[in-house]
Amino acid sequence: MQFFKRLTQAITISSLWVAGAAPVFAEENPVSLKIKDHRFSPAELEIPAGQKRLLVIENEDSTPAEFESHSLHREKILPAKATTNIYIGPLKSGRYEFVDEFNDSTARGAVVVK
Amino acid sequence: MFSAALIVYREALEAALVVGIVAAATRMIAHRDRWIALGIALGCAGALALASVADILGRWANGMGHELFNAAALAVAVAMLAWHNIWMSRHGRQYADQARALGASASKGELAMSAVAIAIALTVLREGAETVLFFYGVFAGSGASSASLAQGSILGLVAGVGTGVILYRGLVRIPLRHLFSVTSVLLLLVTAGMAAQLAQILIQADVLPPIIQPLWDTSRLLPPESSAGTLLHALVGYDAQPSATQVAFAGIVLVGVFLATRMTRRG
Repeated sequence: MQFFKRLTQAITISSLWVAGAAPVFAEENPVSLKIKDHRFSPAELEIPAGQKRLLVIENEDSTPAEFESHSLHREKILPAKATTNIYIGPLKSGRYEFVDEFNDSTARGAVVVK
Repeated sequence: MFSAALIVYREALEAALVVGIVAAATRMIAHRDRWIALGIALGCAGALALASVADILGRWANGMGHELFNAAALAVAVAMLAWHNIWMSRHGRQYADQARALGASASKGELAMSAVAIAIALTVLREGAETVLFFYGVFAGSGASSASLAQGSILGLVAGVGTGVILYRGLVRIPLRHLFSVTSVLLLLVTAGMAAQLAQILIQADVLPPIIQPLWDTSRLLPPESSAGTLLHALVGYDAQPSATQVAFAGIVLVGVFLATRMTRRG
């Protein structure tokens, strides 16, 4: 009985430790993205599968944008001349497209997960 | 012009549908027009205010200020609509049976309407702020394209509001004895959808884990970009690939309101 209690404690503590480490990793390894003249650069980002990552988006335009991706399940306003953070992942490998909804004819990009 | 219309239409639609259903559900309550109008007006003012501080809000809470604000707005709206739903199931019959409910019931009706007005204000505020920011981008541009974008935006706004009106007109044709149940069910689904959206925002803000992503995938059955998918998203927060957490939040609201309704009926 004592053994199972200890085992459960060990698993719980390890899980919390791992879970706590994940956001720290995401923040220490941010992925940069820029919007300028209603275009994303780079237009394609690469991140490894199974990791939560922090997308740091700089909107260099003087008008606001809206980052939207159905596949990434993310929707967020990007105020003008400002930097915005968006967490993405962990993701399975594949191609996840995103757009600036306010300028979706020109501002398109994708996250490629390998 | 068409893309601008579509963007604004989608934003306006969610608020318009909620207002349409609420207006139909509260048809018999005295002075409900004033409360709904108040909710819309406060929501619009709030949307302008929120849009003006969008960059400041974005810097709060380690960059998650927008998410936390929207989550708070949704949480309060869910609480108000859930309470209203439970209240209506208890008192709604009185209103449905008597053509004009007056006297002591009127003040209780006002309480229910204040909750609804808050929910409407918060919904208009959330959707409106994004619309205002989009408008700002449109008008900050210059030249012919700006005029066409402006026309498209107004068209989208009118179409969104119009859809809400169409829904309202459709609902009030339902015979009085059924109207009450139909609007209660619709409103409950809307509330559950808001709870699912709340969960999604908290996942985006890294406050909650998705647990299973996705729990199911209906994107081939009902693509989220299709017109039906867009309508369903505006109405009940339809997500073709919901996480387990989103489904759990929606489920909690559905079960919770259902049980609370049952319990108040017995009392």
